Amino acid sequence: MPKTLLGLAAIGLAAGASIFAMPQKSDAQGAPVRIAYVDPLSGPMAGIGDTGLKNFQYILEEINAKGGVLGGRKLEIVPYDNKLNAQETIVQVQKAIDDGIRIITQGNGTAFAIAISEFVTKYNERNPGKEVVYLNYAAVDPILTNAKCSYWHFRWDANTEQKMAAITNFLQNRKDVKKMYLINQDYAFGQGVRDLAVKMLKEKRSDIEIVGNELHPLAKVTDFSPYIAKIKASGADSVITGNWGSDMALLVKAAADAGLQVNFFTFYAGGTGGPTAIKQANLSDRVYAVGEGFANIDHKPAHAFEKGLRAKYGVSLFYPRGVNQMRMLAAAINQAKSDDPKKFAAVLHGMKFEVFNGGEGTMRADDHQFIQPLYMASFGPLKAGQEFDEEKTGWGWTIAGKIDAKDTLVPTTCKMNKPS
Amino acid sequence: MLYFLMAAGLTLIFSMMGVLNFAHASFYMLGAFLGYQISQWAGFFPALFLAPLIAGAIGALVERFGLRTVHKYGHVAELLFTFGLAYVIEEVIQMIWGKLQVDYRKPEILDFSAFTILGTNYPAFRVFMLVFSVLIFIGLMLMLTRTRAGLIIQASLTHPNMVGMLGHNVPRVFMLVFGLGTALAAVAGALNGANQVTQANMAALLGPILFVIVVVGGLGSLLGGFVASLLIAFVVIFATGSDASLSKIVPWLTGVQFQPASPSLLNDVWTVTLAQIAPLLPYLMLVLVLIFRPTGLFGTRDT
Repeated sequence: MPKTLLGLAAIGLAAGASIFAMPQKSDAQGAPVRIAYVDPLSGPMAGIGDTGLKNFQYILEEINAKGGVLGGRKLEIVPYDNKLNAQETIVQVQKAIDDGIRIITQGNGTAFAIAISEFVTKYNERNPGKEVVYLNYAAVDPILTNAKCSYWHFRWDANTEQKMAAITNFLQNRKDVKKMYLINQDYAFGQGVRDLAVKMLKEKRSDIEIVGNELHPLAKVTDFSPYIAKIKASGADSVITGNWGSDMALLVKAAADAGLQVNFFTFYAGGTGGPTAIKQANLSDRVYAVGEGFANIDHKPAHAFEKGLRAKYGVSLFYPRGVNQMRMLAAAINQAKSDDPKKFAAVLHGMKFEVFNGGEGTMRADDHQFIQPLYMASFGPLKAGQEFDEEKTGWGWTIAGKIDAKDTLVPTTCKMNKPS
Repeated sequence: MLYFLMAAGLTLIFSMMGVLNFAHASFYMLGAFLGYQISQWAGFFPALFLAPLIAGAIGALVERFGLRTVHKYGHVAELLFTFGLAYVIEEVIQMIWGKLQVDYRKPEILDFSAFTILGTNYPAFRVFMLVFSVLIFIGLMLMLTRTRAGLIIQASLTHPNMVGMLGHNVPRVFMLVFGLGTALAAVAGALNGANQVTQANMAALLGPILFVIVVVGGLGSLLGGFVASLLIAFVVIFATGSDASLSKIVPWLTGVQFQPASPSLLNDVWTVTLAQIAPLLPYLMLVLVLIFRPTGLFGTRDT
C-alpha cells in the first residue's frame, strides 16, 4: 500500500473516530426512544448481563403495551457488550452516542459506573444541546452519590450504606445473633461492605462480637472450604457478606459441605446461581438478602408482572428497581413532553413515584439517590400461599422484615452542579 | 487431588506430543457439563463413566482431524490451535447449556459427612473423589510401567521414529493418548462439577493453576504432577487458614516493632495477611521454580 494511501486511511479513521466529524443521527418523530444497555454480555459474568437484558426487554414491552411515551412512541433497549472492562465500557458508550442514543443504562460494576458517570458529565459540558443521561440500576458504591455525584447520573438501587443500614436495623431485633463473621471480596465494594458493617454494628448492636474479618480475592477462589473452616473455628453464629456471582454460590456450597449451620446476611444471595446453591446446602430460611423487592411480596400488580416475565423469558425479575427506573423514565418523558434528556432529567430530579412492590419512592434531589422501602427476605421452602420459587428449586423468598423508606435515609456529601 | 487428575492428562499430552494443550481446562468443563446432562438421564455413576468416555472421544477426534493437520506447521501453530479450541468449546457449551450455572448435584448416597476433624465435617463425596483420584493415579502408573501399551507410549515419548520403524502406528498412539488425556480432564470435571459450581467459566478459573502444577511438578512427570498438586493444595489451604502478616512475623523474628503510617502503600504490604494472598501463592511458586529449577521438581526434560 503506498504511503499516501496509508496517510489518507489514517485521516479517514481519525475523522470517523472523532465525534465532531460525525453528523448526529437524531430520533425522528414517531421513531422509538432508544436506551443503550451497557453491560457484560460475554465472559464469566455474561449470565448476569443476559438476565438483566431480558428483564429490561419485558419491562419496556409492558410500558409500550400501555401506549409508550409521547403519544404512541415506543421505548426500545439496545444491547452493548462492555465485556466487564472499563475501557470497553467507554468505547461502547461512545458507540451508543454515535448511534444517536442519549439514554444510557448500566448496573454491573461500580468501577464502570464511575467511568460512565464521569464520561457523560464531561461530554455534556462539551456538547450543550446534545446532553446524555445515565440511569444506574445496580452499581451501589456510595461514592457515586457522594464525592463523585453528577446531575446526569440517577441511581435506582439502594447504595451499600442504605443496604447495610437495612441489615443492621434488622439485626436490632435478632437477639439470637451474638457472634458475627465478615467475609468479603477484596476490592473497593467488598472493603466498603466490611467497613460499613463494622461501623454500623458498633452503633446499633455493640454487644455483637465480630469474631472474624476476612477478605478474599475477587472471583479467584474455587474452594471456600478453608474459609468455612475458619468461620467454624471462630464460633460465629452469623455471617455478613457482600459476595456476588460465583463467589456467593461457592461460599454457600462450601458451607453446606462442612455442615456449617449459621445465618448468612447477604446483599446478593438472590443473584444467578445463589438460590440453587442455598437449596443444595439445605440452609432453610437461614440465608437472608436485602433488596427493594422480592417475588413473594403480597402485592397483586407485581405478581401479574412476575408471572408474565417468567412465562415469556424464563427468568425471575432480578430488578424490581429496573421497573421503577423505566416507569419513571416514561413518566418523566411524558411530563416533560420531550425525549431530550436535559428536559426530562429536570423532571426526574426530586420525582416521587409509586414503586413496583407498593409504597412511595423518591429520587432525592440532593444526590439523585432513589429512596425506597427495603426488605429483608429469607430463602427456604415455599410457604402456604406463596407461588414463586427461584431457579426451579421449589424454594422461594419469604419477607422477614420491611425497612421503611425513611429509615434508609443516609446523609450525602454531594454538591451537585445543576446545569443552567 | 483434583489438580492431579487434570495435570496428569496435560502432562501425558505434553510429554508425548510436545503440545501444551491450552484447551485442557475446557475439556474439564466439558466433562462437568456432560456429567450433568447424563446424570439427568441416567444418574451420577453412569455419568461419571460415560462423560469422560465421550469427552475422550471428542479429544481423540480433535487430535485426528485438527491437531494432526496443524502439526506440520510446528509447535506455535499447535499452541494457537488449542488456544482457539478453548474458546470454541466455551462458546459451544454456552450455546447448549446457557451461560448460567446448572444444577449438577452429588449422588444422594454420597451426600453425608464421612467424619469430623477439628469440628469441621468432611463430606463423603470428597473422600470418594480422593479415593477415585488415587485409583486412577495407581492405574496410570501401572499402565505406563507394566503394560505393553505403556511401553509403547513411553518409547514413543523418546524415540517416536524408532517406534514407527518397529511397525507401531505412532499417530494412532498419539490420538489415543490425546483422548486419554482429555478423558482424565473430563473425569476431574465430572467429579468436581458436582462438588462445586458447574458453569461456563469453570475453565477460566482452573486453567492457570493447572499450568502451575505442571511446571512445578516438572513437565512430563506423572509423579511430579502428583506431588505438586498435593503441595500446592496444602500451601493454599494452610495460607488461607493463617492470619500471619509481615507486621506479625517480623517482630516475632527480630523483636523490632515497626508501624508504618496508615494508609500508605507500605502499610498495605505490611499488614496484608497470608490469607489474603493465599490464592496468589501458587503463581509465586511458579516463578520461583522457574528461576531456581526450570525443569520442575521431578522434571527430566528441558522445556
